[in-house]
Amino acid sequence: MSEASSAPLAGALPHAADADADADAGQEPPGGSGDPWHRASPAAVRVAGGRWQDDARAVKMVWRRELIRFSRNRLRIITSLVQPVLFLFVLGTGLSSLVGRGLGAAGSDFRTFMFPGVVAMTVLFTAIFSSVSIVWDREFGFLREMLVAPVRRGALVVGKCAGGATVATLQALIMLALAGLVHVPYSPVLMCTLVGEMALAAVTITALGTALASRMAQVESFQVVMQFVVLPLFFLSGALFPLRSLPTWLAVLTKFDPLAYIVDPMRRAVFANVHTTASVRALFAGGVTWNGWTVPIGVELGLTAAFGAALLGVAIYAFGRTD
Amino acid sequence: MTLSSGAAIAVGNLSRRFGALEAVRGVSFEVLAGETFGFLGPNGAGKSTTISMLCTLLKPTSGTARVAGYDVVRDRAEVRKRIGLVFQETTLDDYLTAQENLRFHAELYGVPRGQTAPRIEDVLRMVGLLERRDGIVRTFSGGMKRRLEIARGLLHSPRVLFLDEPTVGLDPQTRAHIWSYINELRQRESITMFLTTHYMDEAEHCDRIAIIDEGRIVVEDTPEHLKASVGQDRVQISTEDDAAAIVALRDHFSIDATVSEGATVFYVHRGEEFVPRLFAQLGVPIRSVSVARPTLDDVFMNYTGRTIRDAEASGSERLASTPWMRASRRR
Repeated sequence: MSEASSAPLAGALPHAADADADADAGQEPPGGSGDPWHRASPAAVRVAGGRWQDDARAVKMVWRRELIRFSRNRLRIITSLVQPVLFLFVLGTGLSSLVGRGLGAAGSDFRTFMFPGVVAMTVLFTAIFSSVSIVWDREFGFLREMLVAPVRRGALVVGKCAGGATVATLQALIMLALAGLVHVPYSPVLMCTLVGEMALAAVTITALGTALASRMAQVESFQVVMQFVVLPLFFLSGALFPLRSLPTWLAVLTKFDPLAYIVDPMRRAVFANVHTTASVRALFAGGVTWNGWTVPIGVELGLTAAFGAALLGVAIYAFGRTD
Repeated sequence: MTLSSGAAIAVGNLSRRFGALEAVRGVSFEVLAGETFGFLGPNGAGKSTTISMLCTLLKPTSGTARVAGYDVVRDRAEVRKRIGLVFQETTLDDYLTAQENLRFHAELYGVPRGQTAPRIEDVLRMVGLLERRDGIVRTFSGGMKRRLEIARGLLHSPRVLFLDEPTVGLDPQTRAHIWSYINELRQRESITMFLTTHYMDEAEHCDRIAIIDEGRIVVEDTPEHLKASVGQDRVQISTEDDAAAIVALRDHFSIDATVSEGATVFYVHRGEEFVPRLFAQLGVPIRSVSVARPTLDDVFMNYTGRTIRDAEASGSERLASTPWMRASRRR
């Protein structure tokens, strides 16, 4: 340690480094025999910034972080499956016996009806959870690290939404894999259609969650969002029961639920691929109607995309104003 | 107010108000390139508010500030590219590894792709965390996290590194360790450092310090000059009757003493020679005496009329201060 004693500052703190309570006993203290500072003295890097490529890098990195966090939290992946599986196989089976009797022998498996609803539910819950994690980032300080970076806030929001949407789509893919158990065929066209619709739904819902999170200061607010936003969206979406022949008050409410325009195209895609009677198909997959007019799938998907784009704009605007 | 353009930080009459509270009341100072400048003051004095304005995180109510040649209000993005920040609270992602946290920072700060990996390795080696690069941050100790944050603050080669209470909440040994890294850094990289602290001994590490109290800069100079300016030794006595002792000191020696932290404190030239006279003439039984050369505590006392600890105790401060740490150092 002769070098150390000759270095004035290291000499002034002779035991500082060695006595560090950290677990990295194998590390060399500064000024130690193999002085890491001499080897280090890092060459300065020049930071560019301000160009669209820089924003693209930021988007990609924020997106990647979401995926890393998702892949590292296996327990969350599994626990997130419990609820939709219970809905599909317990509630679905229970209701199947009831609904089947009412419809007679032609009654298709009610679980087939519920399947797209439960997949949409998986997207909804995962996407909301991912985007509202911004509130946790705020709580644990990491949001500050992002907000002080010399990149446009919009890039951070887009990255976060893309990440949350990817995670939600991946999680819903696991549910989609269970299709065969409820008599939904693994037709490539159907699967591709559903994945596309899931992804669109995931983007829109993540944008919704991000817009909400921009105004949430505390982790406790997450419960408020769950009770006042997520659960009403879910229950009014038609995920669990057909939206036809409802009392007027409920029918009106369901038409204002953006999630209804996500569940419906998915359900119509499923029923286009299963064998059943025309009456069952009309009851279960009749589509959302406006004043008697059945809304085409294209319009439903367009509405979802437009809603998502608007929410993304709100989220970008809201984060541009926070510090 | 003229500000020289060569300074790394140039602040003119900077103020910040939160409703009725004037957190910073018109501070002005300059930090030269390569200098380590410290803001010393009790919790709630306006240190963090000032640093937040310099880092473009908070808009000033009035006044100007230029960092690395750019205005903190008009050229926010330019300032941000040129500064590194180590916050008072941890701002790492606990679920990522040390390396992933740095990678995230490098991508957001636009460190050129080819240089990202070697630069990450360099800064990790610099803070002695290279071996733990793949460790999840959640498993790191407080000191390791702080070192990783310092490494991250340096990753994009900033011109100015801001350290807001870099050792707060760490145990004394880890604090000393962090300081040895900061001092090494000062020697190896030509970087300007601006830091805040409420630990007197840490301010000694700075080239220059400004003592800030109640939102104003009370005095600004090198630690040596400040201590020399006090000139007198600090004498602390414990007596049977402190009130009588204070009266006796005034009557017999024309000395103004104050009671601080349960002891009677006053300042005299040549404290050791004064002690025998004190015993002979005070007339109040003395239990103990200690004489000390001026420290920054005394400088603070000299300019504000109270110790930094009293200032924190009297301030309506929600942050829990850690008096035990300073008390243990005093012995």
